Amino acid sequence: MIEYFKKHPDKVTEPLLQHIELVLITLVISVAAASLLTIIAMRSERVSRFMNNVLAVVYSVPSLALFALLIPITGLGRISAIIVLTLYNQYLLLRNFTTGLKEADPAACEAAKGIGMTDMQILYKIRVPLARKAIFAGIRLAVVSTIGIGTIAAAINAGGLGDLLLEGLRTIHTAKILWGSILSAGLAVVINGLLKLVEKRMRGLYESSCFIRAGRPGQADIYRRTDPRSQAGMVSCADHGTRDQSL
Amino acid sequence: MLTSIAEYISTHTMQLLGQIATHTGISLFALLVAAVIGIPCGYLASRSEKAEIIVSAPFEMLRVVPSLAFLILLIPVMGTGLAPTIVALTVLAVPPILLNTIVGFRSVPVFMIESAAGIGMTDKEILRKVRIPSAMPMILAGVRTALVEVFASTTLAAKIGAGGLGEIIFTGLGLNRTDLLVLGGVLTAVLSLAAGGVFDAISRRIMRYKYV
Repeated sequence: MIEYFKKHPDKVTEPLLQHIELVLITLVISVAAASLLTIIAMRSERVSRFMNNVLAVVYSVPSLALFALLIPITGLGRISAIIVLTLYNQYLLLRNFTTGLKEADPAACEAAKGIGMTDMQILYKIRVPLARKAIFAGIRLAVVSTIGIGTIAAAINAGGLGDLLLEGLRTIHTAKILWGSILSAGLAVVINGLLKLVEKRMRGLYESSCFIRAGRPGQADIYRRTDPRSQAGMVSCADHGTRDQSL
Repeated sequence: MLTSIAEYISTHTMQLLGQIATHTGISLFALLVAAVIGIPCGYLASRSEKAEIIVSAPFEMLRVVPSLAFLILLIPVMGTGLAPTIVALTVLAVPPILLNTIVGFRSVPVFMIESAAGIGMTDKEILRKVRIPSAMPMILAGVRTALVEVFASTTLAAKIGAGGLGEIIFTGLGLNRTDLLVLGGVLTAVLSLAAGGVFDAISRRIMRYKYV
């Protein structure tokens, strides 16, 4: 296996890079599309339920079947793959986004309304920060599933690690099969871990700016000045600070 | 294209029916094995933290391996055909069932168990009359997820010689015949949706007590 890599390093790295590219393009498009759909879904319960049902039906169609159905329309290759992967992701993302946003603490939303925020402001400044966890969980789920289904996309000539797997299968080349599986599984693990790290970082930044370090005036001040986030966050900072002093 | 699809259906009726039967059979068998493994393991794992880690960690890891990779990985070990397919599909189907069973049993409200004990139920009765019914929705949701995944992955099983509807799609890809692609795609999609629908009907039946 190592010998194969030494002999043909490009045959292993190229599919890997293609795969990463495919996943990243899909991720960007699907997060953008899902955000749009979420904004629409947040407006009415009925629309949200309808979209969820439609996407659930799409999600339960086997990927190979969807690829096959798209070939007469968009042909072989990456475009079909990206369309299918994005469609699948919409279900995972939309479900996580909407449940996360809807379960945001009603008290915080009421308070935001009370200080005169518009619905959009409440969405961006209150609900989104509160739903971070669900949003990131959705994105991680989507990425892992994209990496998995992305290997199947090799069957319609979209390249990626699936190429290694299918070629290995055709020629019963164990090294290729192993490289394909290990890299695709490894990629999923690594990207999942990276996203977790990003999530932690963001949470750390956010919390230090509003809640946890509010007791330490110097640091909180720095964050308060540099962090352009919600007015509500700053209010709770101030609140925390005075309470600490009184104690 | 429609005429060529109709022609294909009329000349290959028996073959198509056979493929549908194989597809359904493989999927349901794998799902059954997965449920037989996943639900008892999930119940045991829900009783202690340590058991949960031991049981769920390997399946969590396996979950990350793409289904195509897993199917192909088994070939050097088990060869081609039915056996590796069933093994791969079972391994794919266990995690959602297992994890949902654990969550289901864990999230039974404590007050319910306590009041059941308070009115004099034995441990066995509590399990049968309180814990299993309250964990059932989560377990069934897990089986539903597994069902969709297994039906989808069975199409890939054609690649390792197990038959099923994936054969039509791979033949269509190989011969560049759009009619076969559309036929295979529509059939697998309909079969998967129908299986989901039937399962929903069954689970509504099992959960009748919820709506009384």
